[in-house]
Amino acid sequence: MWIRNFCRSLFFGIPMGATVLDTVGYVARVEGISMQPALNPESTNTDYVFLSRWAVRDYDVKRGDIISLVSPKDPNQKIIKRVVALQGDIVNTMGYKSQYVKVPEGHCWVEGDHTGHTLDSNTFGPVSLGLVNAKAVCIVWPPRRWHYLENKLPEHRKPISSSY
Amino acid sequence: MTFIRFVGKTCGFFGYVLQYACVTHCTFEYIGDFVMCSGPSMEPTLESNNILITEHITPRLQRLRRGDIVIAKSPSNPRQNICKRIVGLPGDRVKAHFPRRSQIVPKGHVWLEGDNSSNSADSRIYGPVPQGLIRSRVICRVWPLDKITSLTDF
Repeated sequence: MWIRNFCRSLFFGIPMGATVLDTVGYVARVEGISMQPALNPESTNTDYVFLSRWAVRDYDVKRGDIISLVSPKDPNQKIIKRVVALQGDIVNTMGYKSQYVKVPEGHCWVEGDHTGHTLDSNTFGPVSLGLVNAKAVCIVWPPRRWHYLENKLPEHRKPISSSY
Repeated sequence: MTFIRFVGKTCGFFGYVLQYACVTHCTFEYIGDFVMCSGPSMEPTLESNNILITEHITPRLQRLRRGDIVIAKSPSNPRQNICKRIVGLPGDRVKAHFPRRSQIVPKGHVWLEGDNSSNSADSRIYGPVPQGLIRSRVICRVWPLDKITSLTDF
């Protein structure tokens, strides 16, 4: 009898957990130095961030948001970057093949905060919004670093012209 | 007393609905689902309003092959899905329309083309598509009933 109950809870429990992780969000570890100083300020300890899937359910990201996305170079890898420009904006690139780029429709321009030590749109170009996986909301671990991640963009990285 | 029992029954009912909704979500998200395709880009293989069964396992395991028909998010509009055939895998040499020269598909991307090459917006226009945008692979067509066919080679 208890085996039947156990299987029953397994059959419903796993899909319920997966659905919550899929629609609400989950906690993930940040690796690498590309988002210093916002995340992983010292390379020795790693931050854990809460990634909200709910916030990007309609693909509405804003300039300055920290998002996690599937790497365009390797579909098995997720990367975490800051949105610099949205569709229609013109960005002044840093080391891309052309100096000024107009972000195409349905794409965004993402960059890591740690200029020079990050693999971002300056290498692989604008990324499609369909690759956006979640939005980083707050740091949850270690406890002394607990705080919300604010939406900020350095003045010199603002797009040259914005579509709206 | 009857009121409390009514509340208890209602909660139980919604609990059941929630459980089955979660199971359905996971089935459609991780195993397979039904897709209705529209538009002329895949004629003559697929026509408008055909209903297809697709599976999500192969794209998750990165086992895609040349010739597979896949459903992907459109690169220019993530709310829209496109149904195309994989023509090139990373490292293959393919021919684009604009700029009109051959290029090599970069790592992590695929080259998608519609079967109706004269009337299809595909990689020849917007370039290679990241593999992360591919949602599922088409297995067979189930509607209309007189055209049930398998659309994959095993």
